[in-house]
Amino acid sequence: MDLAFALEIVLKTAAVMAAFLSLPLLVGQTEHKVMAHMQGRLGPMEAGFHGIGQLVADGIKFVQKEDITPAGADRHVFRLAPAVALVPYLVALAVIPLSASWVAADVPASLLFVLAVTSVGVIGTLMAGWGSGNKYSLIGGLRAGAQLVSYELPIVLAAASVAMAAGTLSLTGIVGAWSPWWLLWQLPGAFVFLTAAVAELQRTPFDAPIADAEIVFGPLTEYSGLRFAFFLLSEYAGIVVMSLLFAVLYLGGWGGPWSDTLGPVWTLLKGLAVAVLIIWLRVAWPRVREDQLQRFAWTVLLPLALGQLALTGAGVVIWG
Amino acid sequence: MSGLDLLFLAVGLLTAASAVLAVTSRVVLHAALWLVVALGGLAGCYLVLGAELVALVQLLIYVGGVVVLVLFALMLTRHGNAPVQASAGHRVLAGVVAAGLTVLLGVTLTAVVGWTRVPVTGPDSTDIGTAIFGTWVWPFELLSLLLLLALVAAVAVARGAGSVEDVGAATEEEP
Repeated sequence: MDLAFALEIVLKTAAVMAAFLSLPLLVGQTEHKVMAHMQGRLGPMEAGFHGIGQLVADGIKFVQKEDITPAGADRHVFRLAPAVALVPYLVALAVIPLSASWVAADVPASLLFVLAVTSVGVIGTLMAGWGSGNKYSLIGGLRAGAQLVSYELPIVLAAASVAMAAGTLSLTGIVGAWSPWWLLWQLPGAFVFLTAAVAELQRTPFDAPIADAEIVFGPLTEYSGLRFAFFLLSEYAGIVVMSLLFAVLYLGGWGGPWSDTLGPVWTLLKGLAVAVLIIWLRVAWPRVREDQLQRFAWTVLLPLALGQLALTGAGVVIWG
Repeated sequence: MSGLDLLFLAVGLLTAASAVLAVTSRVVLHAALWLVVALGGLAGCYLVLGAELVALVQLLIYVGGVVVLVLFALMLTRHGNAPVQASAGHRVLAGVVAAGLTVLLGVTLTAVVGWTRVPVTGPDSTDIGTAIFGTWVWPFELLSLLLLLALVAAVAVARGAGSVEDVGAATEEEP
């Protein structure tokens, strides 16, 4: 291994790490402000200009808090859970391309890689739910498990439809094959993907696992300090990963005016728009009940995803 | 010994160690979590051997799907950290089955491949796709039919014998 290659790996790792630490904060700050303005209030205003340093202040607060492990908890499982929830999104971020050349690790089947890696994150939530030794956590963990198993299938089917249309599993290849009328052709699949992604992230309206009015805070009830912050970070990192993935799969990624030089900016802008949409869903809709959530997955999303798959197949055969 | 060999050795050891921990752990949920590590390690083995598609599918299906279902079932049925008590007979029987299987697999592998080194050149995902949907398309379609049958049968079992408890949705469409 020569020096230039080693240096390239180090630099790329540093860049992914920097993106992983800054983009979730950006989404978090956007959530503060977008939610506040949609609800006719100001949101955090004290820390820095228009409260821009609020999340940094929150971070400092979390570091100072005591890290408590409950006496009834399964110690190692409880302490390891936040890492298991967080790391998959870091790994997934490494293979998502911002432009044809701006990708940290260009693996051949990167779409499958992202889906496979993000599906591991559930284990962290389940570990937290069981390891806390708390009945609210357990109920939350159960809900999370049921929800994630149900929504895994529609998201994989919707992504499979895009892969079929592009004829490749590589994310860079998919953007290369993308054309504007995919916006219409893949519209049902895009709807399924976005909905299932919100459910996978356990965000409103699909936040039954952490429903604070019913089961305190679900699997996160017993967490405090940095470990709680890691769970929050994993939620926002999840939004970043899913938004960028949606932009790459359905919105043409880095396609746009001057895409040769401004490619990464376009990807990030499209991803940010999707993230704002996800935040908007939280403001606009109430939480759905557990049985409604399951029925929606199996009777609406799954048939839609299968229909999209058939539509894509027909399209590929006729025009391909 | 190349770097890849070393990597394979490390991942293999990790897989084997977590597999042993999975079967010796007294707390059944710890066993399931060690199983996660073992299955993930196995995916790592596939990856090192160049079978990236198998590795990713292994991760997606086993770690993301099967183990989540196992954990879900455990959370529904088990309470707290109650340790599992397996009798000596069970342990011996399980050990015999595992040892027998290992010997059988080892003998088959050495009989087929011998003790020579074999280069790892697996087909890529395009080849696998062509094979599944070209040469093996009929078995593949039969498999999907089998799954459909299982699904219909499960529905039939679930709503067939209307017990006293489920007077909810099931009774509305009963003849």
